[in-house]
This record gives sequence, structure tokens and C-alpha cells, in this order.
Amino acid sequence: MSTQTLETIATEQHAASDGTLKMSARDVNVFYGAKQAINKVSIDVTQENVTAFIGPSGCGKSTFLRTLNRMNDTVASARVEGVIKLDGEDIYASGMDVVQLRARVGMVFQKPNPFPKSIYENIAYGPRIHGLAANRAEMDQIVEKSLKRAGLWEEVKDRLTESGTALSGGQQQRLCIARAIAVDPEVILMDEPCSALDPIATAKIEELIHELRGRYAIVIVTHNMQQAARVSQRTAFFHLGTLVEYGDTSEIFTNPREVRTKDYITGRYG
Amino acid sequence: MATTGHTVKAFDDDLSELRAIISEMGGRAEAAIEMAMNALQRRDLESAQKVVAGDKRIDELEADVDRLVVRLIALRAPMADDLREVLAALKISGLVERIGDYAKNIAKRVPVIAEETRDIEAISLLPAMGRAVSGMVRDVLDAFAARDAKLAADVHDRDRTVDDFYNSLFRTLLTHMMESPHTITASTHLLFIGKNLERMGDHATNIAEMVYFAATGEQLGERVKGGDALLGAG
Repeated sequence: MSTQTLETIATEQHAASDGTLKMSARDVNVFYGAKQAINKVSIDVTQENVTAFIGPSGCGKSTFLRTLNRMNDTVASARVEGVIKLDGEDIYASGMDVVQLRARVGMVFQKPNPFPKSIYENIAYGPRIHGLAANRAEMDQIVEKSLKRAGLWEEVKDRLTESGTALSGGQQQRLCIARAIAVDPEVILMDEPCSALDPIATAKIEELIHELRGRYAIVIVTHNMQQAARVSQRTAFFHLGTLVEYGDTSEIFTNPREVRTKDYITGRYG
Repeated sequence: MATTGHTVKAFDDDLSELRAIISEMGGRAEAAIEMAMNALQRRDLESAQKVVAGDKRIDELEADVDRLVVRLIALRAPMADDLREVLAALKISGLVERIGDYAKNIAKRVPVIAEETRDIEAISLLPAMGRAVSGMVRDVLDAFAARDAKLAADVHDRDRTVDDFYNSLFRTLLTHMMESPHTITASTHLLFIGKNLERMGDHATNIAEMVYFAATGEQLGERVKGGDALLGAG
């Protein structure tokens, strides 16, 4: 691909086609020590659309996802350059409260990671430290609402005191989504949320993503291209640390503009 | 960066098989048109019968394409240009099958024409029209095999020639029937043969649109249709 094309992508293709701008990244570079993992990535994330990041292993999609709520801060050798904004506010500005940021931009990981506590406590923990509930009744409401939104309430309402780790893998992942929802986030980042789940549990998470769409801006990293095609409206293809192509999911999967995108989604890569 | 084979080689094998079947169907349809037109010219009933019998094989190949496409979509989940090609193949096989049916229909009319001993002027127009149509069928399937959008667009444009042939044939036969009403039966059959060729040209044009879409992801611009003799005369 020519420099010209790269420039065009950097200046035009990152733009959201429609929808309200929620997060924007401009010329983001990420280094692990001397190694550059992300190279000049610019992209917009909208409120209404589910945005999927796809690409081969090591392409930087997860690394980039983690810059969106500063999870890379926890890696000592990681250094982030460029500008990332949430509602127009620079999240890497010196005055930014990172704990508060991560409540606004929640995250769900590859492996379900409930706390070794009761189902109720898994949900209540976040709201409690953020002071979102004044009393037990309010907390009960938050727990119930979060579990309902995560599509788990009916399955666990009679055993809220049981350990979260006793649930099935799919239920644990929905518990983690409920936990992220409990602190009333604006954006939910999902890093391969279904890779450890069976097809039925995967379908339930996908249906949940569909239901949560619009209420939260959702960004999902997935290795499963069919999943990206099923759950997202916008798809970004990463390769070797660069954003190769970003567009409407229906276009990316039927008529991609870049040869590298085409070769990857048609199974010709590598 | 050149497009290479799929990581899963069996996917490439399935696509090759699909292309081979479409190619065979196209070859058979093209041959059927030529044989039917030769049979008409030489009033050769035996050749005409061969065209009718040979259509069965084209129908079988169409069924093979249906099965293979269903399998490909279910097992390989094709994407982007692969998906477009597989869907194009499915539609193309249906159109080629229709072309085969029209060739068969021409062949079935040969015995009636053969009984007409009087010379009908329009018969001299049909071989050239037949060659134009079989040329379109051949080229459009070559375009599919080579993913050649330019050749597909070229075939698309050539449909005008076939439409012009048909309009000319229509006027000639109409005049002929008014002058000598006793040839109306044979003339009507010739008119249907011309209409069959004209429809084949339309199908080749539709195939060209599918080939263009499969190759580029874009729609070939809607063609401006040539005037229809029937409507023009009405």
C-alpha cells in the first residue's frame, strides 16, 4: 500500500460515517520499550454503533483497545503518544482521574474474571467504591438492574449469595458485563469476550451486545470474523500495528477497499 | 500485495470445482446454440434431436452448482470477493440453464421449418444473429473464468447488436407474412426462434452484470434498452 493511501486513511477513513462521536483517537503510537506496537492510529468511536476491531494475532488491536481506558498504564514499559478523547476531553491529560475514567470506560476481558465473592458482591463492589448507592435498598436496585441488563437476573435472582465463580463460563462472562454496567459506564470495551465460551453462551453474549447497543458505546476486539460481522456496525482492520481499513461492517465484509483486508477476511492471510 | 490461495486449501479446491462446472455448462450452452442454428439452416432433424437430448446434461450441471454453492456457504463461509463469486456462480448457472432451454426450444422448431419448402428471406438473418449470441455466451463465461470486468462490460454492450438483429428480423417477417399468408406458420416459428436468441442475449447480458459485480463489487450501470420492435410497431 502506498503512503498516499495511508495518508488518505489517516485523514478520512477514521471518521464515523454516522452517529454521535463518543471517543476519538488521533495519531496514536504505542511503544513497549523500544518496540512500536501501534503506529499512527486515528479512529472515531460512536455512541450508537458497535465497533469491532479485527486483525491477526499481534496486529495491535488489543493494545489499541487498552489505550481507550488507559489499561496500558499498568504495563511499566508501555508508552502512549497521540491524543485520545472521551466526549472531547483528553483522557491522557495530567488532571485525569484514571479510576474515574475506567468507571466511565468499562472493560470485559477474554476470560471471565469474577471476584471470588458472592454474585451480589461482584456487582455491588464497583458502585460501593464509587459511592453510587446511599443505602442497601439502592444497592439492591443497582444489582438487580445491572443483572437484568446483562440478561442474567432470571438465572441468578434466587442465589445472589452464592459465589460468582460457581457460575458457568457464559454466566460468569455476563456477570462481568453486569459488573461493568453497575458503575454506569458510557463506553464498554470488550477484549475477545467470547473466546472462552461455547457457541450457545457466545450467542447469548452477542444478543446481549445487541441489546446494550445505543445505551453504551461498545468496542469489541474479536478473532472471530463472523462474530464481528454479526455484532458490529463498524469494523476496523488492524495489521502490523496500523489501521488498514475502517468502514461499515457490511462494506468491509462484502467489498473491502484494501487488498490486505480482503486477504485477511477471505482467509488468505499469511 | 498479490492475492494468494486460501490458508485452507480445500476452499480453493471447492472454488475451482465451481468454476469448472460453470465453464462446462457455458461450453455446452454455446455448442447447443451453434448446433441448433446449424440444424435449422441445414434442416437437419438428427442434429436438432441431439440438442434437445443434450439439454438434460446442462440441467444436471445446474443442480450440481446448487449443491456445491450450498456446501461452500455452509462450510467455508466465504467473504468479500469469494462471497460475490459464489453468489454470481449460483445466478449464472441459472441463466446458463435458461440459455440451454432456449437452444432446445429452437431445436424443437426445426422439424416445422423443415417442412416449409418455400424460401423465407428471414432465414438468412438468423445464422449471423446466432453467431452474435453464441459469441456473447462464450465471451461472458471467459470473463467469469478470468474475473475480467472489462470483457464483461464489452459483452454487455454487444447486446444492442442482438436487439437490432431481432428488430430487423421482426420487420422482415411481418412484411413476409403480409405478402404471403400461407407462410405464417413457418414465419411465426422463425419469429419465436429470433425471440429465443434475443432472450439468450439478454441472459448473457445479465451474466455480464454478475461477472462485473463479482470482479469489482460495483454494479454495471443500468443498460439503456434498445427499442423493442413489438412495442415500436404497436
